[in-house]
This record gives sequence, C-alpha cells and structure tokens, in this order.
Amino acid sequence: MNNTIVSNITRFIILVLLQVTLFNHIDFLGYLNPYIYILFIVYFPFDKETRIPFLFFSFLIGLSIDIFSDSGGVHSAASVAIAYLRPVIMRWAFGLSYDYQTLKISKTTFGQRFNFLSLLILTHHLILFTLEIFSFAQVVNILKKTIFSAIFTLILCLIFISLFSRKRS
Amino acid sequence: MQQIINFLIRNKTFIIFLVLFSIALGITFQSHNYHNTKLINSANWVSGGVYSTTDNVSDYFHLKEYNEQLLEENKQLRKLLFNREIENTDSLTIADSVFNQYRIYTGRVIKNSYTTERNYLLIDKGTSDSIRQDMGVITSQGIVGIIENTSSGYATVQSVLNTLSEINAAVKNTNNFGSLQWDGKNIDVVQLVDILRAAPIKAGDTIITGGMSSIFPKGIPIGTIKDFNLDISENYYKINVQLFNDMSTLDQVYIIENTDKQEIEELEESLNE
Repeated sequence: MNNTIVSNITRFIILVLLQVTLFNHIDFLGYLNPYIYILFIVYFPFDKETRIPFLFFSFLIGLSIDIFSDSGGVHSAASVAIAYLRPVIMRWAFGLSYDYQTLKISKTTFGQRFNFLSLLILTHHLILFTLEIFSFAQVVNILKKTIFSAIFTLILCLIFISLFSRKRS
Repeated sequence: MQQIINFLIRNKTFIIFLVLFSIALGITFQSHNYHNTKLINSANWVSGGVYSTTDNVSDYFHLKEYNEQLLEENKQLRKLLFNREIENTDSLTIADSVFNQYRIYTGRVIKNSYTTERNYLLIDKGTSDSIRQDMGVITSQGIVGIIENTSSGYATVQSVLNTLSEINAAVKNTNNFGSLQWDGKNIDVVQLVDILRAAPIKAGDTIITGGMSSIFPKGIPIGTIKDFNLDISENYYKINVQLFNDMSTLDQVYIIENTDKQEIEELEESLNE
C-alpha cells in the first residue's frame, strides 16, 4: 500500500513537471500540444474504496497544470470529469466481466488499451477546449483542436505505457 | 431527514464530483472576466522557480539571437542620441518632469505562451522590484502586454494575444484612435477596431500606441496595417495589424511605469463622481 502511495506521488510530480516544462511548449504545427499528465488518471489504482481520493487527486493535478499555464480552471474541470467517468469508460472498453481490482493497464491487449485511452482522451480534450475557447461561434475550431490534440496525446500515451511496462517485466 | 442523509451517503462520489467540478468551472469563468485579479495564476514561487530554472537552461540556445537583438537596439538608440544633439541646439529645452514621467524596468520572460485563446506570460520581476498591476510591457520592437498579477518575485503579463486584451492604439501621424484586440486566430495578426470610416488609411501604415490610457506612453510601435474592411455597422474599420514583435520568441522585455498614473486615476475618478 505504501509503495502505491509513493509511486503515485512520484508519478504526479514527474508528470506535472514534464507537462509544464516540456509538453506545453511543443506547439506542433503552431498550436498542438499533447496533454500527457492524463497518464496519472489512467494509472491510478482501480479500486472502489479510493474513488473519492482519486477525484481529489485528479482535481489537484488539473489545478497544478492550471496554475503553471495560467488557464483558469479548464484542466481541473476536464480532469475531474474524466476521473468521474473512468469506471464507465472502462466498462465500455474492457467489457463487464473484468476484475477491475487487479487490472493493470500494461497487461491489457492493445485494442482494449487503445479504446480506453482514446475515449478518455477525447472526453478530456473536448471539455478542455470547450471551456478554454468558450464560444459557440468557434465549434469547428474546438473540434479541430480536440481531435488533432487527442491524436497527439494518444500516440504519446501509448508510447509511454509500452516503455514503462517493458522496464518492469 | 434520515432519507436525505442516506441519499447523500449513497451518492457521495457524485456529490464530491459535482463540488470539485463547480469549483473548477468557477475558477474558469472568473478568469474569463476582463480585468479581474486571477485566483489561480503562475506568479508564485513554485511555478516561478520551476520556469526560471528551465529558462536558465534554454536561454543558452538563443544567446546569439539575443545579442543580435541588443545590437540592433543599440544601433537605434545611438542613432537617436547622435541626431538629438544636433537638433537640440535650436529647440526648446524640455522640462525634466516630462522625462521623469516614465520609469523603465527590465525583465525576462520565463514562460511564454501563444497557443491558447487567453495567453499569459510570466516574467522574473515582481513587487519587490516595484512591478505593479497595469504597467505596460514592451520589447525593443513593440508592445507585449500589460502586467496582470504579481507576487514578490514574479509577475504575469496579459499578452496582446489574449481575447480579453484591449489596448488604446492609433494610426501613426493621424489622430485616429481605436482599440487593439485579438480574435484568437493568428499569432502574428491583431485587430484594431473603432477607427472611423473617414480615416485616411492604407495597407502598410504603421500602428502605434495612442497614449490615451495611463499604461503606455504615446508612440510605441505595434505593427503595420495588413488589410482592413468595414465592420457590420459600416461606420468603422476593422483593421488587421501585422505585429512587429515575434510573440513566439520573447525574452528581454521592458516594463514601463507611469509615475503620474495615480494622479491621473484620481482625477478621472473625481470626474465620475
């Protein structure tokens, strides 16, 4: 249990630092940035008992990103939303029969992981850019940013997950 | 009563989610309002410290560019200096108080941002270096923005690339004033609105600060007219202005303090009463 707490706190700090110092400044094609801090929400233990701390920590990681990037509360809102929706998205991606208590994201098949991550990332980015731009006149712009950034984030997340799972085995 | 408590306990996850989500929405909408001190901002020692550390490293990769910029600026200043001496012999002596109206501080941008709708920069000077809210920020090439939040060692700057930004601007050599805004589309192009239809403008004209507010002195370069068209009411022009500054590579900036600002504001307030 202690080990889980330490590894989650380390992951929290490393992901926030990586996000604000490196991935917020990629500006691919002028405006695309991946939001890899989502991996914290992906990796957080799948335990029914810890759902409330999970919501708090997701809010906290979003808030940290918001403080660093002066973006109001858009990252906090998007992170809390996907943290709350994670069980629902898991049921869609992995099926009902899964034993969630022992589920490890690195042990799932590529197809399941792909579905899970893309649903999570699309929801997150949609909320993020809707709140950030916040104008009905710019729906096309919101969707464009959501889809292209989501592809970018998804690719990086898949790379990260395969890198770190290989190290452990 | 029992039922209400039971309901709360059963749905505690959902309620906590709602609370956190509304807090986040509250912070977001608060930051969408023009000219509110932001609750959440990067002018604090944690984020300031992280950004100044990373900036120290990344600065080394741009030393050559910065040198060239400084050289160019020195050239301009020297030109002014040499020409002034000659002109001064037969012009009126200007009272010292005019020169002392504006104080200049220097600073470095340690976090740049230009990809979102509401961009804020972070500079490495704060209240302990006498930086206050609503001071103007410029570079040798043109304007950058206005100081928004300050901590003791850091300050956030509302960039001109911010949909909330509104800066008084004018067409050079005319008295046509308008307000400078940004539509959030192109990081090189800002919009100047409320210029009367009768104004004689053409593409390539220079846009400068208007000096109608107490933030920027008159005459700081902003950019050139790229193209223009009439707005919906057909009485005013909406002008696209190509910025002189490359907002993606900012580093050394100057912060302008107007020492008469308080006096001007007090006077304006007494008029409103």
